[in-house]
Amino acid sequence: MTLASAEDLAAGYGQRIVLRDVSFDVRSGERLAVLGPNGGGKTTLFRVLVGELPPRRGSVRRPSRCGVVPQTERSRLDFPVSALDVAAMGAISRLPWWRPPGRTERRRAREALEAVGLADLASATFGDLSGGQRQRVLVARALVQDAEVLLLDEPFTGLDTTSAERLDALLRGLAAEGRALLVATHDVEHARRSNRVLCLNGRQVAFGVPEEVLTREVLEATYGAAIVALPGDGAPAVVPPHHHEGH
Amino acid sequence: MLATLWSALADPWSEPIMRRAFAEVLLLGVAGGALGCWVILYNLSYSAESLAHSLLPGLVGAALLGLPLLMGGAAGILVAALAVSLAGRTPAIGGDTAVAVVVTTLFGLGVLLALSAATPPGLQNLLFGDVLGVSDTDLALAAALVAVVAVVLALLHGRLLVVGFDRLNARGLGVRPLAVDAALLVLLALALVVAVQGLGNLLVVAVLIAPAATARLLGTRLRAMIALAAAIAVGAGAGGLYLSYYAGTAAGASIAGVLVGVYLVSAAARAAWARG
Repeated sequence: MTLASAEDLAAGYGQRIVLRDVSFDVRSGERLAVLGPNGGGKTTLFRVLVGELPPRRGSVRRPSRCGVVPQTERSRLDFPVSALDVAAMGAISRLPWWRPPGRTERRRAREALEAVGLADLASATFGDLSGGQRQRVLVARALVQDAEVLLLDEPFTGLDTTSAERLDALLRGLAAEGRALLVATHDVEHARRSNRVLCLNGRQVAFGVPEEVLTREVLEATYGAAIVALPGDGAPAVVPPHHHEGH
Repeated sequence: MLATLWSALADPWSEPIMRRAFAEVLLLGVAGGALGCWVILYNLSYSAESLAHSLLPGLVGAALLGLPLLMGGAAGILVAALAVSLAGRTPAIGGDTAVAVVVTTLFGLGVLLALSAATPPGLQNLLFGDVLGVSDTDLALAAALVAVVAVVLALLHGRLLVVGFDRLNARGLGVRPLAVDAALLVLLALALVVAVQGLGNLLVVAVLIAPAATARLLGTRLRAMIALAAAIAVGAGAGGLYLSYYAGTAAGASIAGVLVGVYLVSAAARAAWARG
């Protein structure tokens, strides 16, 4: 079942079009890697899918229930909230404006934290958690939203191997439940382990299964010249630009 | 010994003026402490101070015309908000500068007006308040403010939390950040207009910011922080009134002094504790 799609989509800010020619779909149970350099249009695509940014051209089928898992270094780590508070934020869209989250919402938040393996840290302060734990709390928030499509923005950035593996296992489990996951990344190795890959560099460079898409030509078109060949298997790897996006 | 201490503690409250002053401080402390937590978490401290100062011409104008101060304060804060938003649109003037220009202009205008011979109550009371001379109307207004602030903050708690914590993704979570900001600013304006009657133009900011800043140092959960800020505001208010009673200092200034003192002591204690 297709949960979200776009046809000849273009999007931008003000007069500037930053992303064009995007046609893809994502199905239930699928992990789709959205691969590209910083400024390549990954975040813009997500903003269109969430409905924050209208398409300039083409059409988009937005997911009916969509959860965003942002990069945690951009959320406020000094905010006096617990992991449970953050997870419970996912319940607010279903409440009328005059109703604060109550017991039912907190119970659902607790269940979601359990699902991401953080039940024992429910009352920990969000900012005190490790990067991987924070990422999982935000996944729990999307689960409380009952999201059928999850948009994850560089979820593995800054995580150590153990945390990254743990998060990866969690994401696989969520896909197995029938959710669709769009994972923005500039890590080709991660893209290789996804079901399909969407390569963006201001426009759509390629879309398809990793074996067909992740060729040297496509990666060069996606990343420019910053590509090195790994000795041995000849599979190209990317040296990602590791500065952070300026917004 | 105990009896002496007790009478020292109880003496000030035998006077109706002091009891009324405490009632006013209690009400404004609860409202200011709770609201102040959101003000500092939303980085609105500077806006709060600016709005408080810019409504001075409104107060003075009302005093000159013999109108209720509340009306003057409300008009003053509207003019200030409009002026800030207009000045902010001028190219080459940043938001910060626009606020600074508007505040100094309006505050200066207020002082000029107040120096005119016709001003009945004098500038002193408008700037520093007259907590020992609060009227029944002031008390009723403060009580209404507490009710409004408590109800709105309780209803919007979840949404304020979402926008404060994760403004960029708030829309995706079903919360409109601008609506939440607007609600908070309206509450802030309301609190300033009411609190300025008792505490004066300069001290009202102390009640909004100092208790919340102190609670922020000590609390790690928002609800606890809000309760703590309200308690600190009320406690420091009582402390300030004792100080004023026994040291003969101005009541409003004493309250502000105790509020700031409590903050400094908490900050020092926290720093010492962190160093182990």
